[in-house]
Amino acid sequence: MSVLVYAESPMGKFKKAAYEALSYGKKVAEALQTDCFALVLGNADNAADLGLFGAQKVIQIKNAALESFDAAVYAAAISEAVKSIGADTVVLSHSSTGKAIAGRIAVRLGAGLVSGVNSLPTSVQPFSVQKSVFSGKAIAEYSFETSIRVISLLGNAFPPQKTGAPAPVETMEVVLPASKVKVLETKRVEGTVPLPEAEIVVSAGRGMKDPSNWGMIEEMAKILGATTACSRPVADAHWRPHHEHVGQTGLAIRPNLYIAIGISGAIQHLAGVNNSKVIVVINKDPEAPFFKAADYGVVGDLFEIVPKLNEALKQFKASAH
Amino acid sequence: MDILVCISKTPDTTAKIAFTSGNTKYNEEGVQFIMNPYDEWYALVKALEIKEAQGGNVVIINVGPSENDTIIRKGLAIGADEAVRVDADPKDPMFVAQQIANYAKSKSFGAIFLGKETIDFNGSEVGSILSEMMDWPFVSYASALEMSGDTAKITRDIEGGIEVCEIQGPFVLSAAKGLAEQRIPNMRGIMTAKTKSLEVLPASNVAETIKVVQFIVPPGKTHVKMVNPEDMNELVRLLHEEAKVI
Ligand SMILES: Cc1cc2nc3c(=O)[nH]c(=O)nc-3n(C[C@H](O)[C@H](O)[C@H](O)COP(=O)(O)OP(=O)(O)OC[C@H]3O[C@@H](n4cnc5c(N)ncnc54)[C@H](O)[C@@H]3O)c2cc1C
Ligand SMILES: Nc1ncnc2c1ncn2[C@@H]1O[C@H](COP(=O)(O)O)[C@@H](O)[C@H]1O
Repeated sequence: MSVLVYAESPMGKFKKAAYEALSYGKKVAEALQTDCFALVLGNADNAADLGLFGAQKVIQIKNAALESFDAAVYAAAISEAVKSIGADTVVLSHSSTGKAIAGRIAVRLGAGLVSGVNSLPTSVQPFSVQKSVFSGKAIAEYSFETSIRVISLLGNAFPPQKTGAPAPVETMEVVLPASKVKVLETKRVEGTVPLPEAEIVVSAGRGMKDPSNWGMIEEMAKILGATTACSRPVADAHWRPHHEHVGQTGLAIRPNLYIAIGISGAIQHLAGVNNSKVIVVINKDPEAPFFKAADYGVVGDLFEIVPKLNEALKQFKASAH
Repeated sequence: MDILVCISKTPDTTAKIAFTSGNTKYNEEGVQFIMNPYDEWYALVKALEIKEAQGGNVVIINVGPSENDTIIRKGLAIGADEAVRVDADPKDPMFVAQQIANYAKSKSFGAIFLGKETIDFNGSEVGSILSEMMDWPFVSYASALEMSGDTAKITRDIEGGIEVCEIQGPFVLSAAKGLAEQRIPNMRGIMTAKTKSLEVLPASNVAETIKVVQFIVPPGKTHVKMVNPEDMNELVRLLHEEAKVI
């Protein structure tokens, strides 16, 4: 009995999602009165540092088959580690990697699976967890009927907590199946924080009138260290790149702060953003549906408001924050 | 290559969200259901494109009750050749995937396509589970696919980027935006859909792995706080001191 957290290390580096999963796993282990171990697949810088976030021990599997991503091979490696240390709770990140492997691990271990969990278990006997469903309009609570359970933790749902000290790193040898997936290339946008991981998102819609007006949106994002997003018609019209499109048919995100500028707040747009912790809406129409989902609202012309807000934000950032 | 496309139904985004049976079941009464957009717009259409380019059959499968036949007929109207419905309440993803795996193993498909997730539960679970049951490779969140012979070149979405990979032999794929362009069924499609085969199969038993304890409807947002458009310093102050997000 123990908790095993798979700490993802894309390109050999841990990201926030890994620290969130570990801090979460540590709390789950405390509730279960058991140990929390971290698992690293392939190479990673500073594996011992996972101890800072709650791992008692870090288990590392190095194998040529793990150099590029194949869900089948990763799932096999994690399942072998779970069996060999006798873990009964497996924590993954609800990322592109986590989603691809979670089901495979559950089948291999005969475990139950709940993906996209967003808070600590509501009880450990029976083991019950919650997730947000129906575009944030309801919460579903599930209990496990199996002795082993697999959960994936939604991003930005549980803050990383530095509590411990560097942990010992042990390597583990496992026999892995040969990969049937040949990765030809991996491309990541450098420099900006990808939307699903962004803590602050500045988003704009058709109210912007023309793509040439986006300078002030980018400026706000720069001041706040935020990532930019947009509504669907804006992406469809090629005013903005498609990867910025959020909503039912685009990305679903849950930043700490979502600033919506010149977006009406159609239900399909809200479906992707209304799990954000705090929503600010700037719109000239006081009847815009978005205000019903907002925490803070400003009614007026965005072409006047946004420059003023940028000024105020600049001053705030300059004054010692 | 024959392709199996998994289709699910989901309430329309505008549907009312309420629960019955002691808050353990979604209340379907009066709810308008649609085919899950990722299944309809991307998974199914991509399968049809491959069939049009290199031949083969496109079969759609749904695990669900007879009310789902309307959605299945829509899939046939869009262009699928035949349909299968496993007659059961799709309790949990393990159960659903097992039914699909049972059927797929009795045939010889070259690939199984799914949507990247359902828009009601956002599970993203069935594809991963199914691929392990089939012991086939799984490529999730595919936004492009090219077939040449039995080699598939697939682009998948990852955090802040893409990954391109190549697979030979049968595979499971989950479809994201970009994989294909939505098709609207035409009159001829709708007419011929009525004559296409919709086979209904019994479900096999699968031990339950998770149980719904309850659904909770969270309290709505308390009223929005309006800020004077002339005073953006006040908005910044609120975001810093009250909301503590900057
Ligand atoms: C099946 C389906 C799926 C969809 N999926 C998505 C999705 O994933 N994401 C998405 O975003 N949409 C989606 N949509 C589209 C959605 O219904 C809306 O049409 C879309 O979100 C509207 O975009 P918008 O708010 O930018 O534009 P509009 O609705 O045109 O709103 C523009 C807003 O800007 C305001 N405005 C105009 N000028 C100014 C100004 N000078 N100052 C301040 N405010 C101003 C207006 O008052 C208005 O509220 C989907 C639709 C369907 C049918
Ligand atoms: N009841 C079902 N019958 C057939 N396919 C399904 C069913 N439920 C889910 N799927 C498929 O699995 C995909 C992912 O669903 P989920 O894992 O539930 O998010 C969907 O987009 C469908 O392609």
